[in-house]
Amino acid sequence: MTTVSERTGGPATGRAPAPSASFAGRRRPGEFLIKLGLRVAAGITVITTVGILIALLIPSLSFFAEVPVLEFLFGTRWAPRFADASFGVLPLVTATLWTTVIALLVAVPFGLGAAILLAEYAKPRVRKILKPLLEILAGIPTVVYGFFALQFVQGTVLRDWLQLPTGAFSVLAAGLVMGVMIIPTIASIAEDAMSAVPSALRQGSAALGANRMQTTLRVVFPAALSGIVAAVVLGISRAVGETMIVAIAAGSQAQMVSNPLEQGQTMTGFIANAALGDSRVGSLEYNTLFAVGLLLFLITLLINFISIRFVRRFREAY
Amino acid sequence: MRPTALLFLLLLWFSLFVAFAVLITLLVTIFLTGQNKLSWNLITNFPSADPEEAGARPAILGSVWAIGTTAVLTLPLGIAAAVHLEEFADRKRWFNKFVELNVQNLAAVPSIVYGLLALAFLSMLGVTNKNIVIGGALALTLLILPVIIIATREAIRAVPREIRDGSLALGATPWQTTWRQVLPASVPGIATGSILALSRALGEAAPLLVLGALVYITFDPNGLLSGYTTLPIQIFNWTGRPQEGFHELAGATSILLLAVLILMNALAIFIRNKFQKRW
Repeated sequence: MTTVSERTGGPATGRAPAPSASFAGRRRPGEFLIKLGLRVAAGITVITTVGILIALLIPSLSFFAEVPVLEFLFGTRWAPRFADASFGVLPLVTATLWTTVIALLVAVPFGLGAAILLAEYAKPRVRKILKPLLEILAGIPTVVYGFFALQFVQGTVLRDWLQLPTGAFSVLAAGLVMGVMIIPTIASIAEDAMSAVPSALRQGSAALGANRMQTTLRVVFPAALSGIVAAVVLGISRAVGETMIVAIAAGSQAQMVSNPLEQGQTMTGFIANAALGDSRVGSLEYNTLFAVGLLLFLITLLINFISIRFVRRFREAY
Repeated sequence: MRPTALLFLLLLWFSLFVAFAVLITLLVTIFLTGQNKLSWNLITNFPSADPEEAGARPAILGSVWAIGTTAVLTLPLGIAAAVHLEEFADRKRWFNKFVELNVQNLAAVPSIVYGLLALAFLSMLGVTNKNIVIGGALALTLLILPVIIIATREAIRAVPREIRDGSLALGATPWQTTWRQVLPASVPGIATGSILALSRALGEAAPLLVLGALVYITFDPNGLLSGYTTLPIQIFNWTGRPQEGFHELAGATSILLLAVLILMNALAIFIRNKFQKRW
């Protein structure tokens, strides 16, 4: 007797059945190692963050063992190198606030203006020329901006031309030049956000009789708001963290700044200046650097998280 | 056009005009200040107390050493991290989500904080003289790593899905697909991003200042453990001197630095326009 399977060439009885095809492939230990290496490389970014936190926290803890936290945060006299040393950080914070606010007063209107022009008005050919030109501003080293702020803006414009009562340095000169430096950052991100708004919205607005200005201000701008806010927030965090311009042009005397024509030392300016003097590892001077660095890091981290939350909450998806 | 709309358009053009006017003023001022000191002395001489004799030779070599070392450290690391995140990482796992968020955050950390990180790291290792090439390169590497990762991810993402599918269908393993198809196709994008990131490192001074690179160097830097100074630090140094001659030197060195940066940017744009594929 023959069975159907034997006639059609099915698996012969008595022999082991052929294994079902497997698509898993060979084990490849080499590839496993490569993937592990890639993962380690990605992990290094996390190690960097942890490293920053540890590097800033440990010396800061020794610092706060000697200087009370409240005295540091709310003291109004910063004189870490004097005989009667005082560690109130508010003078550094006020100077940072002044330079940041002045920079934003320049960068936000001009940056957004440039972004609107590039995204809504300029023809593609014009935009292709203007955008890289604007980005040259972002590529200029900050130390060159600092030189420009000190020599030209402070020395020539503010003092010689405008005859303003100001010394060799001022937070105004540093802030103004910093603002120009941030224009391309804000313009480029805001432009991306506005270009991402679908043109159907613009057409709808135009069909209802709005002109281009009304469409831009009342339709495109609100629709791109989350991206625009992200642009401004990135501008703030760059202004707070900028070092060389303020180290060169804002001065190095830590004082409560009440007038933009005064000089003042910012948080970054202090770190840059204090690092010039050789302070022994573990000394109070050395730890002071890190305490100010920690404050700076926490401020930028906070700004960043607010930005990420805001963008998530108000993002309009099309 | 209605008058308000016209005024609005004029204001928009004005904002762009302001940006360009400052750019041109800056370039002209720097050029006028530095033109007298633009000579071979600037490139061949060591710094000196006499502005007529001083040059930026050690700073030029120091910049080359620092940026070269940074490139060697940061390129493999940044590209590997980006490949992991883009090609192999399971996006639903918390670790990978955390890495993504973290890279975004690191990109916004002030550059001077990276200087403090390197300072603390070198202190921990017990290094007493922190002004060494490898220390500065370490700070610059960590500083531009997020930039390179973000640029590389964009370049990899631009490679279409079909190329990976085709390669896998022909029997290539995922890594072979990445190494022989995806990475070669994204080289122009990676090169452009990397050159721009390195040009940022070249102009950066703050982290190196924290590590003590503001020193009087009268020798050629000659190794990873050698003392050094860089062009931006040299500019900072001369800017802070009272004599006019040193300000001219700062201007001349700025022209030199700007010329190198413009060349690097032009190279990046050339690579992007010439080699980048559009699918």
